[in-house]
Amino acid sequence: MHSGGCSVRALAPVLLPRWLCVPGARPARLRGSMRFLSTDSASVALPARARVVICGGGIVGTSVAYHLVKLGWTEVVLLEQGRLGAGTTRFCAGIVSVAKPLSVESKMADYSNALYERLEEETGVKTGFVRTGSLCLAQNQDRFLSLKRLASRLKVLGVSCNIIKPKDVARLHPLVNIHDLVGALHLPGDSVVSAPDVNHALAVASAAHGVQIYEHTSVNHVVVKKGHVKAVETDRGSIECEYFVNCAGQWAYELGQSSEVKVSVPLHGCEHFYLLTKPLSEPLQNDSPVLIDMDGRIYARAWHGGILSGGFEKNPKPIFTEGRNQLEIQNMQEDWDHFEPMLSALLRRMPGLESCEIQQLVNCPESFTPDMRCLMGETPGIYGYFVLAGMNSSGLSFAGGAGKYLAEWITYGYPSTSVWHLDIKRFGNLQSSRTFLRHRVMEVMPLLYELKVPRWDFQTGRQLRTSPLYDRLDTQGARWMEKHGFERAKYFVPAGKDLLALDQSKTFYKPDWFDIVGAEVKCCKEAVCVIDMSSFTKFELTSAGDQALDLLQRLCANDLDVPVGHIVHTGMLNQRGGYENDCSVVRISKNSFFIISPTDQQVHCWSWIKKHMPSDPQLHLEDVSWKYTALNLIGPRAMDVLSELSYVSMTPEHFPSLFCKEMSVGYANGIRVMSMTHTGEPGFMLYIPIEYALHVYNEVMSVGQKYGIRNAGYYALRSLRIEKFFAFWGQDLDSFTTPLECGREFRVKFDKDTDFLGRDALLRQRVEGVTRRFVMLILEDHDTELDVWPWWGEPIYRNGELVGVTTSSAYSYTLQRHVCLGFLSSTNTDGSPAAVTADFINRGDYEVDIAGQKFPAKAKLYPFSSLFTQQKRRKDDMELSNFQSK
Amino acid sequence: MIMAATSQVFRVIHGRRFGRILVPAMTFQNCSQSPHPCINATQPHSFEQRRQHQVRGYRTSPAWHTYYLTPPQVNSILKANEYSFKVPEFDGKHLSSVMGFDSNQLPANVPIEDRRSAATCLQTHGMLYGVFDGHAGCACAQAVSERLFYYIAVTLLPHEKLVELENAVESGRPIHPILQWHKHPNDYFSKEASRLYFSSLRTYWQELLDLSVPGEQLSVAEALVSAFKRLDNDISLEAQVGDPNAFLHYWVLRVAFSGATACVAHIDGNELHVANTGDSRAVLGVQEPDGSFSALTLSNDHNAQNESEVKRLQSEHPLSESKTVVKQDRLLGLLMPFRAFGDVKFKWSIELQRCVLESGPDQLHENEHAKFIPPNYHTPPYLTAEPEVTRHRLRPQDRFLVLGSDGLWETLHRQEVVRIVGEHLTGVHQQQPVSVGGYKVTLGQMQGLLKERKARISSTEDQNAATHLIRHAVGNNEFGMVDHERLSKTLSLPEELARMYRDDITIIIVQFNPHVIGGQ
Repeated sequence: MHSGGCSVRALAPVLLPRWLCVPGARPARLRGSMRFLSTDSASVALPARARVVICGGGIVGTSVAYHLVKLGWTEVVLLEQGRLGAGTTRFCAGIVSVAKPLSVESKMADYSNALYERLEEETGVKTGFVRTGSLCLAQNQDRFLSLKRLASRLKVLGVSCNIIKPKDVARLHPLVNIHDLVGALHLPGDSVVSAPDVNHALAVASAAHGVQIYEHTSVNHVVVKKGHVKAVETDRGSIECEYFVNCAGQWAYELGQSSEVKVSVPLHGCEHFYLLTKPLSEPLQNDSPVLIDMDGRIYARAWHGGILSGGFEKNPKPIFTEGRNQLEIQNMQEDWDHFEPMLSALLRRMPGLESCEIQQLVNCPESFTPDMRCLMGETPGIYGYFVLAGMNSSGLSFAGGAGKYLAEWITYGYPSTSVWHLDIKRFGNLQSSRTFLRHRVMEVMPLLYELKVPRWDFQTGRQLRTSPLYDRLDTQGARWMEKHGFERAKYFVPAGKDLLALDQSKTFYKPDWFDIVGAEVKCCKEAVCVIDMSSFTKFELTSAGDQALDLLQRLCANDLDVPVGHIVHTGMLNQRGGYENDCSVVRISKNSFFIISPTDQQVHCWSWIKKHMPSDPQLHLEDVSWKYTALNLIGPRAMDVLSELSYVSMTPEHFPSLFCKEMSVGYANGIRVMSMTHTGEPGFMLYIPIEYALHVYNEVMSVGQKYGIRNAGYYALRSLRIEKFFAFWGQDLDSFTTPLECGREFRVKFDKDTDFLGRDALLRQRVEGVTRRFVMLILEDHDTELDVWPWWGEPIYRNGELVGVTTSSAYSYTLQRHVCLGFLSSTNTDGSPAAVTADFINRGDYEVDIAGQKFPAKAKLYPFSSLFTQQKRRKDDMELSNFQSK
Repeated sequence: MIMAATSQVFRVIHGRRFGRILVPAMTFQNCSQSPHPCINATQPHSFEQRRQHQVRGYRTSPAWHTYYLTPPQVNSILKANEYSFKVPEFDGKHLSSVMGFDSNQLPANVPIEDRRSAATCLQTHGMLYGVFDGHAGCACAQAVSERLFYYIAVTLLPHEKLVELENAVESGRPIHPILQWHKHPNDYFSKEASRLYFSSLRTYWQELLDLSVPGEQLSVAEALVSAFKRLDNDISLEAQVGDPNAFLHYWVLRVAFSGATACVAHIDGNELHVANTGDSRAVLGVQEPDGSFSALTLSNDHNAQNESEVKRLQSEHPLSESKTVVKQDRLLGLLMPFRAFGDVKFKWSIELQRCVLESGPDQLHENEHAKFIPPNYHTPPYLTAEPEVTRHRLRPQDRFLVLGSDGLWETLHRQEVVRIVGEHLTGVHQQQPVSVGGYKVTLGQMQGLLKERKARISSTEDQNAATHLIRHAVGNNEFGMVDHERLSKTLSLPEELARMYRDDITIIIVQFNPHVIGGQ
């Protein structure tokens, strides 16, 4: 299109070969060495049976295989549809960083880092491991705060990290323009590797321990019999097996859908771009630290004397929505126009690169999940069907640790640490819509580098599940958050407030809603509030005979053999005595129980009960979450409102605490009224068949008017429950926390002879004493107006020594202080865990580290009952309910 | 501070011509250093050179930054003279093969010496477009831009219409308008000379009436040639005759002693005629089956790069002058275009020039240029306004016609012009992905390119194709993409420097209606 001389000026629309030969000619080497691992011709038949079949020969699949054989497994088969590491692994940027939002993720990355470092020695395969360290840059104070928070969290894990000044950044990485920086976090332990080589090394090591690897073998579907994995059908025949691991990365969703019993693997691909440059005129040292400039949305590392730099743009391009056949992963197109903001950010960060020559723009699709966390564990529907996928572009950082956890999971039934936040059971079928996933990942991908302030919410994929009162509440100023697809009101903006400013407020400090929530809390304390809590998971367990009671007696730590109409707060424990679920169980009739669990337990609890349920046609479990609208009437005047609506006396004398009655409210009959509020405040929960919901709500609001009734949201609830020292599952409690550690021994039926899951572990712990203890910390000297607010994950120091981490926090409007809940532990001088006694807790000076600043705190094992104005009532009247929220 | 910058600039512009007519000594020096660049062969090179110089210059001169313009400022400069006209596809009588046109001009001289005209012939079919590049002042270009289309229109009128016209004028009846002008507010007509112009025109059509026979009609090509020659003749005569009004007398002399090239297109249905005098150019944008655009040049440049023009000149003069007629690629070593309106200095005998100048108004005596007689001036006339006419039958793939003064063609290759306009009109540039290919591209270059692409997609997108083309002509970087920084730098040059970087640019882009063309 140009005459000869002009061509230099033009960028011809000619495409570059996809993967330029990287120095070292990796593909050739890979092929050569693979020959002894696997026979890539179809001549060798697949084994007829195996114990574990892993689908996916990327870094995740090989890591699972590696860790399985390390744990002694034999007959492990790994299947790869193409070549090992030919998918996302091949294009991976190769950065291993522990700077991750969750501690368990940082832990996994830390383990991966150590694993990759020793892999070369172990296998003799060069992995390109270089301990470069990394620099997380902050362009503003808020980002700097979040880095400081990260730093305090990493210190708890024992990861070395330093908060440094911009001039130190310049010293560590001379190319960096530091003029717009306010500081940085230096992680000296972070490293870079060549992902395909690590992949190869893991494969070599696995093969050496007997893993059979078959390339060019596609899994068609997984055969399931009676809820158990039976065999895997491939394009080259079938393999009988006990366990199947879906590590198919981008294709994990489709593979899940192709199973006989569909498995929901909620992930979705997005295109991800990074740039490779030719060597700089003065080649960049390969141990130059990795740069992570989240405000610029980019990362950069040294690459063969040049730079490798990519990012997480604001407007990602989702891909493979309709399945894999749209585009081959090897055929992804570069999109320079799309990369422009990241290129500009890179040149702003490193202006010296302007004259650096482009080598290639790589398009490497990554898979993302609805909540930015990976998918791990056994699927709820099928025993033996495991998933490890959806790495949110941290596949390399997570693969080592995640592979280890999954191998432990397969081996021992659960990993060695709590991975609830990564557990695939936090999702259900409701997150499996392609449209939902497509929209949500478009938000998730930019969010990776977005500044995350306390209580941020997802904006996409909303209004999926709503209460019948949603519109009514919305018009009254409700501001919403989402849990498990369900919309819940955070608080209600009074008429006349600036709504826009409230929605946009993003801060680590005192939030704009402070006074609004304060007013709602005050109303709960002095009058009556109504909170729509319909999102709770609600099951009904019924049987012809005693089967329901027997099952619950085995599953629950507390005694369920109570009179009809009683409510029992109980944990469902695992063998270790840890909480698998924390719920309230109502004995509706002799053989019928109503089980109320936290919202996000819908899949997990169902699966837990099902797992332990005998297959008895006379025992029936039903999910009735959708059948009931739950209204929580909190406050001293709740009983007045209800008695006016039902012509029944609701005083504690007639309606004692933790009691359930079916009664009429207004014109509606059959409303389950329960005397509990999940907050420790007096009041009632109303479980209303949904068709009555609007009627009952309207009646309650109109009658309640003279008692000063108003709407309240979950923020008020949260403040109330935390100041009353109520732990909730998923946030404070996890499968490694026992009732003894959180002061709930009174909810364990030790006095009865009934055996229940976890009894032995609890008995042992009762003798040995607990090594960690749930406490309540009241911050002193913390200026609510000016100081950074606690959130969760803040380190707790006792006499200057790190003893624990907070799990949740809230401002107590009653105490006018911040209250943090968290766990303390103690160690003997030899480093072994020591028993934590009341004495240990009471005799210590405590500090909570919020973003590097230590605030003195008072540790309490019991709530400040005397300080509460409402505490005139008898102590046993006080309902020690808990859980809910989150 | 400005001086520092100026010295940088002077380093840059050697090799570019200062103007059309120069004092011989100066011309000699400049031209010997670097001949007028042949656009095709040397442009990328000189372009690259210029760019590097500029970059260096700007970097070392912080004062330069004060000249930077914001994108809105740049736009207001670029859009100041833009004009668009959309022809109704069906005006109730006939389908128009022309969908409309965009035109624009960017001055380098103050005042600008380029002129443009566009008009619809009301008593015959067809539309007329012309760009006129003036030299040694704007007077001649101004006169030609006002008058030439009337001459053409009148020549094209059939005998009956001419009779009707003459009768109307004779009897003082209102006359049917001959032309409907499509003028930008900045395109002015001189009121003072209109009566003079009209009487010359009337004399012309009276002659046409005498010569023509009812039922016979000149071909368009013949008409164009006749009109060109007649107008140039009238300009010459008016200067010789003078005018009792001193201002008018001065004006006609200024017209005659300055010069102008003309490139005129006449489009009537599928018939396209281009009449060209001088070095402006008409290029047709042809869309290939694969969607890309190729250039079809419809005019020949009348300058030293055109061998047949050189031969023509040499054949028209004695052998003894063969070395002096074209010297240093210029006519008599002075004038770059080899055909032009006006420029009586190259047409009249020395005696006539002296006689006219002496009888002329006093102001003329101060004009050194007018008094100067070209060297080796032996056998006038050396210059003619006779156009070369090209006839082209429009095809459905012929999408647009670009008429441009040489200020455009020396900054952009015709192929590039056609690509830019074609992509602008079809909007394809937005789909065409960028790829590094095998080229050496730095991150900085890529960033500039991407930013420009982004800016183009955004709302500042030029509606006017001619504006868009000027933006490229002035701001293009080495990737053929507009570089705002360069654009802003070039446009913020002080008046006295602007001419050294670029020439006046005048562009008319006529867009055809392929459906109408295909249907005829």
